[in-house]
Amino acid sequence: MNTPKVDVAVVGAGPAGLAAALAAADSGAMVALIDAGIRPGGQYWRSPAPGAGRFTPDTLHHSWRRFVDTNKRLDDLAGQQKVQRLAEHHVWSVERIDDGWAIHCLVGPEPRQQAGRPPVTIQARRLILATGAYDRQLPFPGWDLPGVMTAGGAQALLKGHLVVAGKTAVVAGTGPFLLPVAVGLARHGARVRGVIEANAPFGFARSPRVLLGALNKVGEASAYAAQLARHRVAVRHRHVVTRAEGTDRLTGVVVARLGRDGRPEAHTQRYVECDLLAVGWGFTPQLDLHLQIGCATRVDVDSSLVVTVDDSQQTTVDGVWAAGESTGIGGADLASVEGEIAGRSAAASLGVTPASARLSRLLRRRAALRRFAGVMHRVYPVPPAALDNLPDGTLVCRCEEVTAGAIRHTIGDLGASDPRTVKLLARPGMGWCQGRVCGFATVCLTARHLRRSPTVEDLRAFAQRPIATPIPLGQLAMPSTEGNAGGDGG
Amino acid sequence: MTRHDSRTRLAISPDLVVIGAGIVGAACAYYATQAGLSVAVVDRGPIAGGTTGAGEGNILVSDKELGPELDLALLSNQQWRALADLPLDGTTFGRAVELETKGGLVVATGQAPLEVMQRLTGKQQALGVEALAVPAHELHEHEPHLADDLAGGYLYPQDMQVQPMLATAHLLRLARRGGATVLPHQPVTGYLRDGDRVVGVRTPQGDISSGAVLNAAGTWAGELAALAAVRVPVAPRRGFILVTEPLPPIIRHKVYLTDYIGDVASDSAALQTSAVVEGTRAGTVLIGASRERVGFDHTFSPAALGALAHGAVRLFPSLAGVSAIRAYHGFRPYCPDHLPVIGPDPRAPGLYHACGHEGAGIGLSMGTGLLIAQALTGGPPDIDLHPFRPDRFTEASA
Amino acid sequence: MTGPAPFDITFDGEPIACRDGWTIGAALTAADVRSWRTTRHGQRPRGLFCGIGICFDCLVSVNGQPSVRACLAPARPGDDVRTQLGTGQ
Repeated sequence: MNTPKVDVAVVGAGPAGLAAALAAADSGAMVALIDAGIRPGGQYWRSPAPGAGRFTPDTLHHSWRRFVDTNKRLDDLAGQQKVQRLAEHHVWSVERIDDGWAIHCLVGPEPRQQAGRPPVTIQARRLILATGAYDRQLPFPGWDLPGVMTAGGAQALLKGHLVVAGKTAVVAGTGPFLLPVAVGLARHGARVRGVIEANAPFGFARSPRVLLGALNKVGEASAYAAQLARHRVAVRHRHVVTRAEGTDRLTGVVVARLGRDGRPEAHTQRYVECDLLAVGWGFTPQLDLHLQIGCATRVDVDSSLVVTVDDSQQTTVDGVWAAGESTGIGGADLASVEGEIAGRSAAASLGVTPASARLSRLLRRRAALRRFAGVMHRVYPVPPAALDNLPDGTLVCRCEEVTAGAIRHTIGDLGASDPRTVKLLARPGMGWCQGRVCGFATVCLTARHLRRSPTVEDLRAFAQRPIATPIPLGQLAMPSTEGNAGGDGG
Repeated sequence: MTRHDSRTRLAISPDLVVIGAGIVGAACAYYATQAGLSVAVVDRGPIAGGTTGAGEGNILVSDKELGPELDLALLSNQQWRALADLPLDGTTFGRAVELETKGGLVVATGQAPLEVMQRLTGKQQALGVEALAVPAHELHEHEPHLADDLAGGYLYPQDMQVQPMLATAHLLRLARRGGATVLPHQPVTGYLRDGDRVVGVRTPQGDISSGAVLNAAGTWAGELAALAAVRVPVAPRRGFILVTEPLPPIIRHKVYLTDYIGDVASDSAALQTSAVVEGTRAGTVLIGASRERVGFDHTFSPAALGALAHGAVRLFPSLAGVSAIRAYHGFRPYCPDHLPVIGPDPRAPGLYHACGHEGAGIGLSMGTGLLIAQALTGGPPDIDLHPFRPDRFTEASA
Repeated sequence: MTGPAPFDITFDGEPIACRDGWTIGAALTAADVRSWRTTRHGQRPRGLFCGIGICFDCLVSVNGQPSVRACLAPARPGDDVRTQLGTGQ
């Protein structure tokens, strides 16, 4: 009846969260692993339901075996009542309580469909946030046309459903993640008409030591290159999509080469017919919960707001650790290592001893992977001039339909002197998604207009979300039920 | 911008420096420029960055205590209405700032609070407040989605709503057109003095000498007063607001329960919530109101949000299925006697105050601005400033 | 193919073939439907964008419940899915 708190709650069951949960449980801590998804794995190890069709993970998932193994061990620990696996739990709020943390959740694959269901609260003495990231976007004319998707969204349809989001695709933006997306689409039958990469990855040569430290990553990249060649997919460096065209759905995109000034050269524009544009400019860490409880943040090399952590992955808030993309975008391997370090450290803080003595190896591996991530961020930056020529009529905030012109009006005419004031006056970031999609772009547009660089405060103004997922008022008004009472959703 | 020695003089030397670019500072700057004064507005942050950006935009007469606060509310109400039709860039001021003359509807859950309301409205009406009794069976004509077990209520046609950040920005814009300079991100670190007289402000970018200085620093006005060695006891009173997903305009008025009036007037430091629900031009529904005195504590409270949701669903049962997508909080500038501080400070000649409006600053800003402009130019005030005098707290404690 | 037999949902009254485990967004996309919502101000069509529950562009009405994220909501046999206009309320 009187259910005890767990020792450690882990939010997020992607690479970081799974590693953290396993490390903490292996150390002897009682763990609750909380995740919004139906199946564990996060975005990286997303997998289809058994009935969705034939699934051969090796075609899509690097290190799939590590996932299967970790997941199996967690299942075994769950069988021994040492781990609670709470799938389909969407955390809307985290609150400090006397002896730890209360994690308030809505339950269901899409909680909106279960408005009668009381919220669930999980109490834990320690908290590990492994909330991951989502695609970072930059607006351009036509980007709201159906058929324009985030690269991660196109990938999620493939991984989670084996559904290809279009017949003829263009993959665009920047970063190494575009390559597996293009390969995945091509292997599943889409005609991929090109990878439009804004940067040119020649910076690698300047950091041979980092290359040596991350050889498997480079091997991965060359494997993708070989597969792209097999499917006759060209990678166009220093090119961008300047416009998406179509009336009610995407029919094509205009591609142009970037000149020396970082702006598209008009004479190089050409039209490419397609019904899918998968676009991404790196990733934005998901920091809703970290900011709710006051974790300190910094601006990372890739201009993302990330959480500050110490050597053991502990945040500036006592009793809270963070691992994976929320501490800096670095990929699944780095996330797993950080998760393991966080899980061990959180367990150790409770007086239980970590199982084995591999910490120094973990720390070395984390250092190497972080160096590699830093090089990637420098090689694949968001071009500073990317939004300079954005026409006034282009939507920036898709939810509230706020245009670039409306944003400029608040700065030029209404006296807004920072992104937060732009948001208060013109409403970008005030709609359904609460600035998740337009936040970075609004900050960049505003800072550029004011001739300065984005600051931590600028980015935080679009990352503070006291309500991390929409909650029906009827549910918010209900007393929540204790979530540690043996419910096992995953 | 380069950093100057604090003895650097900035190139401007206005009649008035306004400290604070919130709604009150903006209204004062606007009326001062209208009165022919040259004005500089300084703020340590951006415009509308403090409590102004954390309110609902209430312009109410219905919830005011009888006496000086109601007098100021009625004066402000007239001023808002007068400015609403001012042409502005192809539209009107009213439309640009989303001013809605929607009226307030105060409802009672039982016969006892209804009778209390009845006695109050009698007195309000005698003082110029329009209040129309709405019997229980007519409530749905005014608000079709209200709960059907309410005892009745009163309609206050003078109550209005505005988008407070836009109102601030446009008032400052009008002030700029009247010659004012607005300097955001310039904290005031001290005052220039000539004997007792306050003759300007110090900022990290340089000194600004001026004929007068107005402290319109809202919840932080006590600190600005202390810099001039005078006491104005403004303290933060925290409030949370829930914001729903966008909806069609299903809620027509500002609707609140009778116990809201009691909460506003209360001195308790503990958490109080009373249901206040209203739609906005943007389609969201705003749900208040909570009050607690916990200093500048930014911690969110799921329990407070839950209480707000409970109150909203009590008034509008169909909101149960509507999602809250956002919440925000702010710190009302609270004075122990619930009255704002408006007028010249005899303890520091040259220093004026316009602060301490608690949760009513948006609504009361216009009357405050008018009164300050009158005080600065020596004109007769529209209402007696004595109840708002800055040194009243010293007298009380002496 | 393995797994349970395919089933149908309807979209604005038309049958849409589904597989077990698909979300409504996946089913509509597989059926070459690209939009199922219009925006509040510009009445512009919207469909899947982020695909992972972040952007709320894919809101749709399911069995009378508005503003359901199609990318998260599992398709269930017989689901009555309808285009959401504006707020959907």
